[in-house]
Amino acid sequence: MSAASDARPALSLHRTQPGELGRRIVDGIATTLIVGSAVLGVAILAVILGYVVIKGLPAWNIPFFTERPLPYGEVGGGVLPAIAGTMVMLILAAAIAIPAGLATAIYLSEFGRGTFPRAVRFVLDVLAGMPSIVVGVFVWALLVRQVIGTFSALAGAVALAIIMIPIVTRTVEEILRLVPNHLREASLALGAPYWRTVLFVILPTARAGVITGVMLSLARAGGETAPLLLTALGNQFLSFDLLRPMASLPVQIYSYAVAPFDDWHTKAWGSALILILVIGTLSLLTRLATRGARMY
Amino acid sequence: MQATNPLPEIVVQRVEPALRVENLTAWYTGTRPAIGGVTMDIARHKVTAIIGPSGCGKSTAIRCLNRMHEVIRGARVEGHVYLHGEDIYDPRVDPVRVRSRIGMVFQKPNPFPMMSIYDNVIAGLRLTGQARNGSRADGLVQGALEAVGLWGEVRDKLRQSGASLSGGQQQRLCIARTLAVEPEVILMDEPCSALDPIATYRIEELIRELKQRYTIAIVTHNMQQASRVSDFTAFFLAGEERIGRLIEFGETEAVFTNPRDKRTEDYITGRFG
Repeated sequence: MSAASDARPALSLHRTQPGELGRRIVDGIATTLIVGSAVLGVAILAVILGYVVIKGLPAWNIPFFTERPLPYGEVGGGVLPAIAGTMVMLILAAAIAIPAGLATAIYLSEFGRGTFPRAVRFVLDVLAGMPSIVVGVFVWALLVRQVIGTFSALAGAVALAIIMIPIVTRTVEEILRLVPNHLREASLALGAPYWRTVLFVILPTARAGVITGVMLSLARAGGETAPLLLTALGNQFLSFDLLRPMASLPVQIYSYAVAPFDDWHTKAWGSALILILVIGTLSLLTRLATRGARMY
Repeated sequence: MQATNPLPEIVVQRVEPALRVENLTAWYTGTRPAIGGVTMDIARHKVTAIIGPSGCGKSTAIRCLNRMHEVIRGARVEGHVYLHGEDIYDPRVDPVRVRSRIGMVFQKPNPFPMMSIYDNVIAGLRLTGQARNGSRADGLVQGALEAVGLWGEVRDKLRQSGASLSGGQQQRLCIARTLAVEPEVILMDEPCSALDPIATYRIEELIRELKQRYTIAIVTHNMQQASRVSDFTAFFLAGEERIGRLIEFGETEAVFTNPRDKRTEDYITGRFG
């Protein structure tokens, strides 16, 4: 026995062994595939970004940011109403979705045991997977047709909020669950009521994740086109009336892109570049806001 | 040795109890309780140690003393715990108020990671809605940190995160945080088990100082620690039925040198556990 075990390690430590070549080939292929996939992902993003910059940058000039779109076919004009409209509707949607989403997330993570919370989670997952045009049709049928009677910024914001709520809720719930129980106990043992524990211990500890969830939902809603086509419609003019149609960047990109004019196509690319930068800035802000934050 | 009365009994009765535990039974889930029928006194301004092998219910018992046991989902308690004669398990009692009078220090140091050292100390006041600011808060923070011997070590970095401290310092910070809400009783659930011997020694020193002003109950799996810091010792054991029971209670010296129960003697002499 000792003779055998003495003889074998000397061999097994050697690099070149029978079967070694095959193993190294498999290793090489696997490494190539893994690294290649990662490179591919980055490359796709780089190509999209580069292409949008090359095509869109020529549209960027001062009037592009300060003027309203011109009548069909005319050269010139800008996307100010779309930028303003996207901001207004995102802020309004966030004002609806963030409180509702946070409250639901707190309920699910801190108090949610049993059948009803499970049902809530399931419904939210279904809602998160719902095609956004369906949300648009729903809000159109309910708000645009029945309640308000016209396409409006409010209906657009509601549609965006419906898209945001499940994203906020599910990401924040997951994050709140990660807050270690011993911090809840530390707070309760100091004589803190549960609501103060949630507000001053649990939420601040999960701050980074909460911000990420909110930003993620904003980025998603900011890029939605289909529900806005059916609800806010679009507007050639700068408008802040919530009960009137309102322009937005995605819808503006759409109407510029489908028109048969080169100048308008360039403007579509230019608007797309703005949208990408806005969403990119949101991601960057998220990174900055959550830098150095860690959980125990 | 001419006294016929057993001396420890007299002393136990003379000291006014801060907490009187009566027939306490606690469950997690299911029908088998984790501890059953515990009756004991926690003497005022003394240190009472709860010892016993793993799984004997000593942590469960101490968590019942400030209604922290029921925080665990599905857990429930029967019996009575009287704080100066008032039953903390009376249905009209608010557990939140109980916990501000009976504080707790946990096994793992758990300062709030997103708060500074300063904010950790006054966290209890902020969390109970008694916001203090300015010089009163400053004085309170300094007082609590001085009481735990941490002031000199952290006075220049009060704004840094509590998580930047060593384990022993973090535990003393947690004790300071508990002191700041001015409880009458401090419960400690194995406060030194995550600490090195030097940090442990400092916490033990601190416990001896704190008992001048506070009633302390401490769970420990370290018998030497119990004999070093406590005035009274309660020995818990879970037998065949796997329900933790109070086997022996008395003055620490008596329990360690002259245990009345064979099982206590076996445990203390290291025959099991």
